[in-house]
Amino acid sequence: MTVKFTEDHEWISINGDIATVGITEHAIEQLGDLVFVEVPEAGRTIAKGEEAAVVESVKAASEVYAPVSGEIVDGNSAIADDPAGVSGDPAGNGWFFKIKLSDPSELDGMMDAEAYKAHTE
Amino acid sequence: MTDHSQGRSNVPVGGSMPQSRQTISGSKGLEFAEPLIFELGQVDRCGVDFDDVEISSDRLNGQRRKEAVGWPGLSEPQVVRHYTRLSQKNYGIDSGFYPLGSCTMKHNPRVNEKMARLPGLGDIHPLQPESTVQGALELIDTLAHWLKTLCGMPAIAMSPAAGAHGELCGMMAIKSAIQARGEAATRTRVLVPESAHGTNPASAAACGFSVDTIPANEQGRVDLDAFKKKLGDDVAGIMLTNPNTCGLFESDIINIADAIHDAGGYFYCDGANFNAIVGRVRPGDLGIDCMHLNLHKTFSTPHGGGGPGAGPVVLSEALASFAPLPYVVHDKDHYSIIEHTAHSDAQPFGRLKGYHGQMGVFIRSLGFILSHGADGLLQASTDAVLNANYLRVKLQDQMSIPFPGMCMHEVLFDDRFLKDTDVSTLDFAKAMIDEGFHPMTMYFPLVVHGALLMEPTESESKDTLDLYVKTLRGLIEHAQTGDSQFFKNAPILTPRRRLDETAAARKPVLRWTPCQSME
Amino acid sequence: MRYLPLTDADRSEMLSEIGAKSSQDMYCDVPDQAILKTPTDLPNHATEMGIEKTIKGMAAKNLSPATAPFFLGAGAYQHHVPAAVDHLTQRGEFLTAYTPYQPEISQGTLQYLYEFQTQVAQLTAMDVANASMYDGATACSEAVLMAGRVTRKNRAVLAGGLHPHYREVTDTNARFLNIELVGPDADPTHAAYPASVIDLIDDQTSCVVVQTPDLFGRIIDLNPIAEAAHAKGALLVAVTTEIISLGLLEAPGNQGADIVVAEGQSLGNALSFGGPYVGLFATRSKFLRQMPGRICGETQDVEGQRGWVLTLSTREQHIRREKATSNICTNSGLCALAFTIHASLLGEQGLNRLARINHANACMLADKLALLDGIEVLNDSFFNEFTVKLNKPANDVVNALADKGILAGVPLSRLLPDRDDLTNMMLVTATECTTDQDVNALITALKEVL
Repeated sequence: MTVKFTEDHEWISINGDIATVGITEHAIEQLGDLVFVEVPEAGRTIAKGEEAAVVESVKAASEVYAPVSGEIVDGNSAIADDPAGVSGDPAGNGWFFKIKLSDPSELDGMMDAEAYKAHTE
Repeated sequence: MTDHSQGRSNVPVGGSMPQSRQTISGSKGLEFAEPLIFELGQVDRCGVDFDDVEISSDRLNGQRRKEAVGWPGLSEPQVVRHYTRLSQKNYGIDSGFYPLGSCTMKHNPRVNEKMARLPGLGDIHPLQPESTVQGALELIDTLAHWLKTLCGMPAIAMSPAAGAHGELCGMMAIKSAIQARGEAATRTRVLVPESAHGTNPASAAACGFSVDTIPANEQGRVDLDAFKKKLGDDVAGIMLTNPNTCGLFESDIINIADAIHDAGGYFYCDGANFNAIVGRVRPGDLGIDCMHLNLHKTFSTPHGGGGPGAGPVVLSEALASFAPLPYVVHDKDHYSIIEHTAHSDAQPFGRLKGYHGQMGVFIRSLGFILSHGADGLLQASTDAVLNANYLRVKLQDQMSIPFPGMCMHEVLFDDRFLKDTDVSTLDFAKAMIDEGFHPMTMYFPLVVHGALLMEPTESESKDTLDLYVKTLRGLIEHAQTGDSQFFKNAPILTPRRRLDETAAARKPVLRWTPCQSME
Repeated sequence: MRYLPLTDADRSEMLSEIGAKSSQDMYCDVPDQAILKTPTDLPNHATEMGIEKTIKGMAAKNLSPATAPFFLGAGAYQHHVPAAVDHLTQRGEFLTAYTPYQPEISQGTLQYLYEFQTQVAQLTAMDVANASMYDGATACSEAVLMAGRVTRKNRAVLAGGLHPHYREVTDTNARFLNIELVGPDADPTHAAYPASVIDLIDDQTSCVVVQTPDLFGRIIDLNPIAEAAHAKGALLVAVTTEIISLGLLEAPGNQGADIVVAEGQSLGNALSFGGPYVGLFATRSKFLRQMPGRICGETQDVEGQRGWVLTLSTREQHIRREKATSNICTNSGLCALAFTIHASLLGEQGLNRLARINHANACMLADKLALLDGIEVLNDSFFNEFTVKLNKPANDVVNALADKGILAGVPLSRLLPDRDDLTNMMLVTATECTTDQDVNALITALKEVL
């Protein structure tokens, strides 16, 4: 599994042609306690950069953008039911959606963990 | 996802303090534990006496209500006590200093309450024949005249019900003008400074415009070069607050007006901060096309815990013909109200509200305006600016000020002075509450970190300001001792301590239901 | 000046502390050409006595319903507001408080908003209500916009009986957002109903907006329209302009409504020449996040004590900005408080009796009017307001009666001037305030004029 990061604070964990997408610890900290999450429905086709999900805290609302294009395979209903379950750990249960990549070349140039850490400092 | 730098925890962390002594009744001295009316009421009690009349259901089209509404019954003494006790848990301008930036929490004169309730004003119906309401139409027209003259503008739309409603009105007038020029399809972009109040982009979007943000420069004002780069054939206009939300006069405003007009766009001015310049500067002289006024800010009508307000909009010649319905006209000694496009000589863009406007708010603001008069309004705005600058010089050595120099009617600080204390703007504000002060506006505008925006208004004495300064200076010193827990526990002396806003949003409970009280 | 605490001595001292020689120095950032040099042509200050005289002079030029037999309605109603309401709303802690952004010192405002939201939800038989809108007409407009967001469709059907102001406000807002509005004209005969509405509902319809009692005072059964709307994936928006009718009539929430909007003025709020009023807005839980306006929610404080806060703020303009559900900020808090207090005084029993008295008085009035020559009562059903057809233009009749000191009703031509078929029609209302003397005076005067 490879994990990459976007400038918009999404992480993307790639396994073959299925990618799992979530938001980073940094993003979660900035938002504060999360109160609402909306995830996309399976079957939806989405383009890179399009709004895929919504995450809200008490005082802030953010769009989560699709870091790659493809077809949504699954939206994480667990975090939609309980926003406290959102986590920045790509290996954990706090992911937002899984997507089948239509263009793997979109991954080129994305940051790795070290580059993302530098980006947030 | 989009970047946020001002999120913060909303789960309070303080624990139970030794001072919170428990009582048997739950009330503590003059602070009463007061349940909901639904928990107090009983079905067979009533606070109003009515005869029990029989009716037949013949004329109800079979729609007679079968289920109870569920409202609790209380006698008058119970209702009076209930709401009296609730009021005692509230802080108002009448209670104390209320320096909420951009809200203009000035004194609400009581004679205006009396005037709004006069027979012949408080009790008249909006659709009575015109001949029976000439005095009411005269009142609206008189207020309109004052507002136009103070602003130096030829026309005004009186009907918007609040500032945001006025913004919508202004943007609709602009869009109508653009449509009349045949450019509606191309001119779709509105420029809005990043320091703008959220209602600005929301109002633009409600008209179908897209919003393009202009950054601020290091002096806290619109970056003129960045603004000019954003001009183009697709620009419909700019929405600019002046004085701006940092409490500063946009010194380039006339250049900005010229530039937007040269580009074929219009200038919407957000007049929420008009209290800084009433009687001294006329926005019409600055080149604006429209500006909303907040009668519940600059013109003293009560905030009422969240309204009602009124947001009349002054309009330039270019926009005057698009003013919405209805509007008052007068010739010689007769007043009329124009309610339909067919009766209008102009091209009104439509109707924004039922009936004629916020008459109760008009009466109160006219009372204020007549009381002050031209000389008093100028003195009031001058005192407001003086009070704000006084706070600025008395606090700027201990608090961090992002934009030094003379401010207008409000002064903006940021949270750098709390750096290394582990006390946030929020924590600092909560400690002010224990000292008997309503906090200033927090975290707005977004252009600085942890904003603290203070607007004293002209209604405050020097003594009040001095006590406030003394208190803040004391709190700052305390913060610097490292005792952040003191601030995180605050407030401790209020009817409620910090409330869990996260839980409120995660599992919303937005009404009482019968099973709740049984838990 | 009585509202300004600073003395000249204070001003001098403070100016010198800030390093200004004169107050003009404080305005150094204002371009000199913008500073007003010559005074405006406006009068100077006045005493409290002076302004009272001026405003009373304006009041005296109006015919007050306190001194005249009064029968107007058309969406704003004369009711008796108990004295306790005004006394309580004028308590300074309510009157002069701001929006409850610091909940620890705003529990008064927040608790009454929670009570208000509950009362509105109970009255309309819906799940949740917001903390008020400006008025019924703007609430109606917001409901149509909300239905568009929920269904993602762009076309609303407005029934013919919708108050013209509500239609006009909705039309204004819809036009700027390219939302299509369709619907039949107001029809006094009611003949084509409900087909005239149902036939217009298609797969592109976001909502159907129906007012009951309608413009003409008729009571509408919403069930068939709810069914037809839901069958095509559209929402039913129910509208009420006379909120007291729900003390006697079936609630829209029990007839399939998805959103209910209403004018709350009848409870607690004076006629006040049309404003400020209070818009009520209620909906189903599943649509909560698309509901505009402020909402108050229950929670606990650090010590486990129950309290209230404004919540779900991420829907609103100060957070979502251009993506907000509405641009509304200031709403109608104090009018909502007046509504709540009046509703608390009435309770179940009082509301029910009040509604019955309104209906009974209207029935009596309708029966007496029906006996006169030159006047025909058109309604089979009504709550407290009905339509009459006269033998001459209603506007002329109303003006003639106004000259006799009687406020007879609202000519439909006032609201729909281009409808020749409505010229002789008038809306007449009776409430608990209507006395036998009022009715007799009206009858006597009509006999002279008709």
